[in-house]
Amino acid sequence: MHLVVCAKQIPDPETPPSAFRIDSATNKVVPAQGIAPVLSQFDGIAAEAALRIKEANAGSKVTVISLGADSAAAAIKQVLAMGADEGVLLNDPAFEDGDSYTTAKTLASAIKKLGDVDAVFCGRQAADWDMGQVGLLIAEELGWPVSIIAKSVGQDASGLTIQRVVDDGFENVAMPLPGVVTVSNEFGEPRYPKLPQIMAAAKKTVTQWKTDDLGLAASEVGAAGSRLKLEKLSTPPRGVAVEIMPGDTPAEQAAALVAKLRADHVI
Amino acid sequence: MARNILVVGELVGGQPTPTTLELVSGAAGLAAGGNVSVTLLGTGATAAAAACGGAGTAYASDDAGYDTFRAEQWLPAVEAALDQANPDLVLISQSTPGRELGPRLAHRRNTAVAMDCTSIVDEGGAFKATRPAFGGNAVATYGFATTPAMATVRAKSFEIAGGAGPSSTVALPGAGESRTNVTGHEQVVAEGLQITDASVVVSGGRGLGAAEGFEMVEALANAIGSDKAAVGASRAAVDLGWYPPSQQVGLTGKVVTPNVYFAIAISGASQHLAGCSGSKVIVAVNRDADANIFNVAKYGIVGDYKTIVPAIIEELKKG
Ligand SMILES: Cc1cc2nc3c(=O)[nH]c(=O)nc-3n(C[C@H](O)[C@H](O)[C@H](O)COP(=O)(O)OP(=O)(O)OC[C@H]3O[C@@H](n4cnc5c(N)ncnc54)[C@H](O)[C@@H]3O)c2cc1C
Ligand SMILES: Nc1ncnc2c1ncn2[C@@H]1O[C@H](COP(=O)(O)O)[C@@H](O)[C@H]1O
Repeated sequence: MHLVVCAKQIPDPETPPSAFRIDSATNKVVPAQGIAPVLSQFDGIAAEAALRIKEANAGSKVTVISLGADSAAAAIKQVLAMGADEGVLLNDPAFEDGDSYTTAKTLASAIKKLGDVDAVFCGRQAADWDMGQVGLLIAEELGWPVSIIAKSVGQDASGLTIQRVVDDGFENVAMPLPGVVTVSNEFGEPRYPKLPQIMAAAKKTVTQWKTDDLGLAASEVGAAGSRLKLEKLSTPPRGVAVEIMPGDTPAEQAAALVAKLRADHVI
Repeated sequence: MARNILVVGELVGGQPTPTTLELVSGAAGLAAGGNVSVTLLGTGATAAAAACGGAGTAYASDDAGYDTFRAEQWLPAVEAALDQANPDLVLISQSTPGRELGPRLAHRRNTAVAMDCTSIVDEGGAFKATRPAFGGNAVATYGFATTPAMATVRAKSFEIAGGAGPSSTVALPGAGESRTNVTGHEQVVAEGLQITDASVVVSGGRGLGAAEGFEMVEALANAIGSDKAAVGASRAAVDLGWYPPSQQVGLTGKVVTPNVYFAIAISGASQHLAGCSGSKVIVAVNRDADANIFNVAKYGIVGDYKTIVPAIIEELKKG
């Protein structure tokens, strides 16, 4: 089987709110000093799901694709170190500042170019913009079925068997291949590559494709092709200062709290 | 300017979900005299339309084939309604069905959807959608280059205004085929009051130290009253297997807006706050005075939950 993992590099989502800055002139996040960008967490988990399918099917391979700047090669290398076989970086100034649609269109073009893909694994959402669209849009671009927010991904004769997280619990889904699955944190932790694997991945070449390689026009990708237009990015207003409950003992503090809540008529 | 707005509704137990009713009310406010329509699919859909106060037209199919959500069955029906309603704006719940319908419907209509929005406004004839981004560290506002504008919307973003139900109902076709098949469903939600409906939510985090810590959290909820309070959890606690995913509060969990939100041994990561910052009063119990939760809480107690929570329970018992 040929499995594709879509992996995005993002600003570290654990960046403390105090270090999070926005440049309001450009509506862009200012990279926090000394905090390196990371592989979006759910994409590492998607890679784990793909690698387990690979390991269960002798002769399979995993290709990891990222659309991003030069630095996104690090996200690709991380998935290669986990056990993926090949990496493709979609890197072109024309791809910049796209929306979910242009991102999915570009990724789907790369998947078509690979040709023999059986399944695509995405994260449930990229942990920067938190849209949760790209996996679904890749499926629509390719005309494939899709199942989202997977907790586990298995296999039977007719395709993938997916347990997904739904509002009131879990749902089991059978999906024929080729298809797209998006993976959630309920799947569990991804593997940690060991040093020899990290060194081997560092030596691997990452294929680079631009607009022309994908048969796309600059007008249909990136900012030019996007349909959703970011008009304003700001930080939310801070709340009021906390009132710490006075008292020397838990009982006194608890009494002060309950009195406040009763006075506010909220309990 | 009068605008036509279509709401993609959802049913639970033959009734429109609260978010469906919120979206219809919100649409009525934005339509400025245009037509508001709602789609309803599944057993009881035609009858349930009457509850959608503020809508002029309902598009409905009572086919039980729609009762289990499969996007590939819903999409042609919703598209049939779009063909007739010709909306300027489509509103969808940020729910299990909505998360999947939004992007796929937008793609099929050559347009775009903004996900997980908290507000939609009409700015001089152009719809703008606002949503949190970067785990709640930022707020983003989008415009649309294509029509219709589409948004999935968080629960409780609009208030239910009521009013007269639809004056006409148009029948939609029955359910067709789906390539994906639902082969099983396991309901895992806490018994009784749901966290999204409760007026008090008591949540526990990783700082509880063990699954048993939730017994104390549940005891606090019970002391407040099982008819008022429900128990939630941070993702860290859920990932550790201490509490079910259905109770997770936050960006990738549920959004709750109770009168009081207790954060017990929760640090207050932006992704957790994304699910509870709309609460009227946040109470934080944390032994670290520098925890971020104290930046959003109205009341705080700095200390070990193992001594603080029992003291709160005792105090509540005094009545
Ligand atoms: C894309 C993305 C989505 C996410 N979605 C969610 C989400 O939906 N919901 C969510 O909750 N998180 C989410 N997270 C995770 C989030 O970033 C935090 O990691 C998580 O909320 C931390 O959980 P916590 O506060 O329980 O644990 P911790 O951060 O470990 O905090 C534990 C707290 O307990 C306190 N403590 C320890 N012992 C005691 C004691 N005895 N008494 C009192 N206090 C004590 C500590 O001081 C600490 O503040 C998401 C993360 C990402 C990247
Ligand atoms: N620039 C990108 N490069 C590679 N994969 C991406 C990119 N953007 C999104 N994805 C994939 O699509 C998923 C959902 O992203 P989003 O719809 O942006 O939340 C991510 O978890 C990735 O698997």
